[in-house]
Amino acid sequence: MNAAVSIRNLNFYYDTLRALNNISIDIPANRVTALIGPSGCGKSTFLRVLNRMNDLIDNTRVEGEVLFNGKNIYKDFDVMELRKKIGMVFQKPNPFPMSVYNNIAYGPKLHRKADVKELDGIVENSLKAAALWNEVKDRMGNNALGLSGGQQQRLCIARCLAVGPEVLLMDEPTSALDPISTAKIEDLVKDLKEKYTIIIVTHNMQQAGRISDYTAFFLNGEIIEHGVTEEIFHRPLDKRTEDYITGRFG
Amino acid sequence: MNSKNISQRAAFLVLKTASMATVAVLAIIVLYIMSNGLKHINPAFFTQKPVSMGREGGIAPFIKSTIYVTSVALAIAAPVGIGSAVYLAEYSRGLTPVRIIRFCTETLAGIPSIIFGLFGFVFFVIFLKLGWSVLSGGLTLACMILPTIIRTSEEAIKTVPMPYREGSMALGATKWQTIVKVVLPGSIPGITTGVILGTGRAIGETAAVILTAGSSLRAPVSVTDPGRTMSIHLYVLTMEGISNEKAFATAAVLIMFILGINFAANKTVKLMRRQV
Repeated sequence: MNAAVSIRNLNFYYDTLRALNNISIDIPANRVTALIGPSGCGKSTFLRVLNRMNDLIDNTRVEGEVLFNGKNIYKDFDVMELRKKIGMVFQKPNPFPMSVYNNIAYGPKLHRKADVKELDGIVENSLKAAALWNEVKDRMGNNALGLSGGQQQRLCIARCLAVGPEVLLMDEPTSALDPISTAKIEDLVKDLKEKYTIIIVTHNMQQAGRISDYTAFFLNGEIIEHGVTEEIFHRPLDKRTEDYITGRFG
Repeated sequence: MNSKNISQRAAFLVLKTASMATVAVLAIIVLYIMSNGLKHINPAFFTQKPVSMGREGGIAPFIKSTIYVTSVALAIAAPVGIGSAVYLAEYSRGLTPVRIIRFCTETLAGIPSIIFGLFGFVFFVIFLKLGWSVLSGGLTLACMILPTIIRTSEEAIKTVPMPYREGSMALGATKWQTIVKVVLPGSIPGITTGVILGTGRAIGETAAVILTAGSSLRAPVSVTDPGRTMSIHLYVLTMEGISNEKAFATAAVLIMFILGINFAANKTVKLMRRQV
């Protein structure tokens, strides 16, 4: 198994509160890893450590190592470069209040000067990869806020893909969506893993079962158990994992 | 009908009366000035120089002065104000110096304009040797409207949703790129409103400019020339009993300016909102 991201003895603090406790896990490349666990257990915090979004919050502290392509993301990476390589999709779709085209072109334009033709290509390919192209190709100039929730979320995924990431972090990407839009995103995730490593936080057990290859169970800032999704769901080693999966708490 | 319902109706009536009273006061002032002023206004009033201290003739030089002084004030206060607002809202949430800066701007907003005038007179006119001039008047007005611009711009910037910022940063944008490309475009309608409010205050201000811009009857040619704004002219006409007719006519023009600016601002902001 080839690890895209390796986490070693990771601790994370909000001020004095320890939100992540000695986490070590390898995230396999080109697979979908689901993070499950009850609210407030540290899944989202963990996700936000991986592309250093937590840097934006004051009074936070990280201990331990996060290795991406063998390099420590807190020491050997420029944070802008890191976020380009490790993209993030948020819980609520957050397209910018601009046209569909400009939403996708936003990222590439930040990082280098691309000519119009090249940019057009990036936009089209990103939208195709996010399975949105056919729905928006005739309204590229329209405001992205006019799209449906599911379309907005796929637009946000396309926006990430446009800067050429290797890893996609998804923080409950379907929790604000209806079942049909959710199914589309799930199909998309399964397609995307061919090219990208995906880490997805979900509260939906069935979703984790449907789309993930690996699952990690978080509880109170610790990883209780992680492994192949089948194993975790059918033969959990820890009693707490079993209780959570069978719906006894959470 | 039970007592709860009666008290609700009574409260509603009181509130409605209060808001109607506001509209009524504005309407009465505007109507009174207009009915007394408009009959003395003709095209020549806008284009001619005043004759014998303003007893006859028009107010062309004073319209010019007003526009000059206000433009100077805006040219200084808008960039400084918007810059401070960005700093306060984006770079320094919750820091101690910010609380001090915020306290200062709030206090600045409450200082009577005659004190700004006195300050401008001592500092710009005498100490910096700028003399009674469009520049001194503009600088003084800039100080005065700065708090308005900072406050409204800061509020506008804060209303840009956090997820926009996160979305941008997550794509590898720097904070500055995020501010320029996402935050400022999203807050332009609000910032514009703030700048317009400041303009409105500056245009009608008298006390702060009477001590700094002077009251020359000639139109200023450069920023170092003295000039008499419409509000100063109005003040002088009334105080010295020169001409009540011309005073009302000047007041009517001033009110038209302010109404015009507010109307244009409303339209612009609506247009921008639609584009966003």
